Amino acid sequence: MNEAVFPNPATDATERPTPVPQPPLGLLAELTHRCPLRCTYCSNPLELDTRSSELDTETWKRVFTEAAELGVIHVHLSGGEPTARKDIVELTHHAAEVGLYTNLITSGIGVSEAQLEALFDAGCDHIQLSMQGADAGVTELVAGYKGGFEKKEAFARAVVARGFPLTLNAVIHRMNIHQVPDMIDKAVAFGAKRLEIAHTQYYGWALKNRAQLMPAREDVDRTIGEVAAARERLKGTLVIDAVFPDYYAKYPKLCNGGWGARTLSVTPAGKALPCHAAETIGHLEFWSVRDHSLAEIWASSPAFEAYRGTVWMKEPCRSCERRHVDYGGCRCQALALTGDPANADPACVKSDFHERLGAIATTEASAAVEPGAAIYRGFRKR
Amino acid sequence: MTAIADDTVPKLPHGVRFREDKTRDQFILVGPERIFNADQVATEILKRVDGKTTFGDILRQLTEAFTADEATIRPDVESFLIDLRDKQMVTL
Repeated sequence: MNEAVFPNPATDATERPTPVPQPPLGLLAELTHRCPLRCTYCSNPLELDTRSSELDTETWKRVFTEAAELGVIHVHLSGGEPTARKDIVELTHHAAEVGLYTNLITSGIGVSEAQLEALFDAGCDHIQLSMQGADAGVTELVAGYKGGFEKKEAFARAVVARGFPLTLNAVIHRMNIHQVPDMIDKAVAFGAKRLEIAHTQYYGWALKNRAQLMPAREDVDRTIGEVAAARERLKGTLVIDAVFPDYYAKYPKLCNGGWGARTLSVTPAGKALPCHAAETIGHLEFWSVRDHSLAEIWASSPAFEAYRGTVWMKEPCRSCERRHVDYGGCRCQALALTGDPANADPACVKSDFHERLGAIATTEASAAVEPGAAIYRGFRKR
Repeated sequence: MTAIADDTVPKLPHGVRFREDKTRDQFILVGPERIFNADQVATEILKRVDGKTTFGDILRQLTEAFTADEATIRPDVESFLIDLRDKQMVTL
């Protein structure tokens, strides 16, 4: 029995002009962009989908049915805050009924015990709770919401008491990087089975706030040691998964297992994306689940085909020995930082922009923190 | 490695599912952010991890199904289940 799974779709089909995709494994369902929190690191787009543009219950159910038929294993019910939708229990029930493994990704704010009970009965498999800090002060500063920490703690304990497996997801940046050991302790105290220590990925609101969020290199290095020591100490109690920041990396990350290779996202308004930040690549043509089945989108949507495999690559990626390892990294980051989504991700040491990336990180990390200067996530005022 | 008592009832905890993956023509064990491919032997064991059947009965059933010797398969089944317990995919 092997932990990993299925042949990497891209390795066997990459040189062909239109590689035939293997079926996707994961679906990120962004049910709504509404959220009680206003986190400065949010990776949602700056232009949030409004409530009136959201897909209705029946359309989401059809999407889940199509996802299961297509071969999706995990569905991540996310947002925004997915429980802000009145039909969250009904949607969860449907997803579970068609055979999907349902993971609720939540802020934990405003979820009552009765709702939790209903989600359990509906077949929700797992809950992932966001953690902004290890205490009330940092949590409020990061999330722009008073009383968040206490509510999250109560929610976490209720989740565990009900018998759900709980994962805490802590996005790390300059405002909370000093609390990593405390967050690990809290995860154990709350009864979580997994903790994700995920350094911020700079998209959406996080990119806008990068100068307030970028941690210093020595702080990042310290957390690497802290995580390694905690993993050893907590073996069998808490699994810790860690993602370290791109800006200080030598090679880029393999984004979502490769573009259009393993996962897809659907926005609240119904656009199907190869990754949740893909809308920033303005020239791509995204298809909507209102007009196309998920199978059609996966096989033929122009946005999914655009960067599949390796045929789209330029140098230094095209001839790189790592082209099948990381597929050139993240297209969205290449666009945001170099102006061309077909460039190598500047996190790569072979990119002409790599030095500039390191310089940005060092400069921003050494500037004074101005908590008031961070822009909290929210809907644009009209 | 500690031994599993015969009257232990192995169970999949909430949040772990064992199911057929028709798309890829195999059985899989699914947990949070995890998918394990079950080979034929793993599939035969996991089909019997139903929260009712004891470890001893699972062994007896496998012995009959495969006309195998219990003493031979016991350590393999035991280490398989203990490994999954360490990954929080099975409770013992």
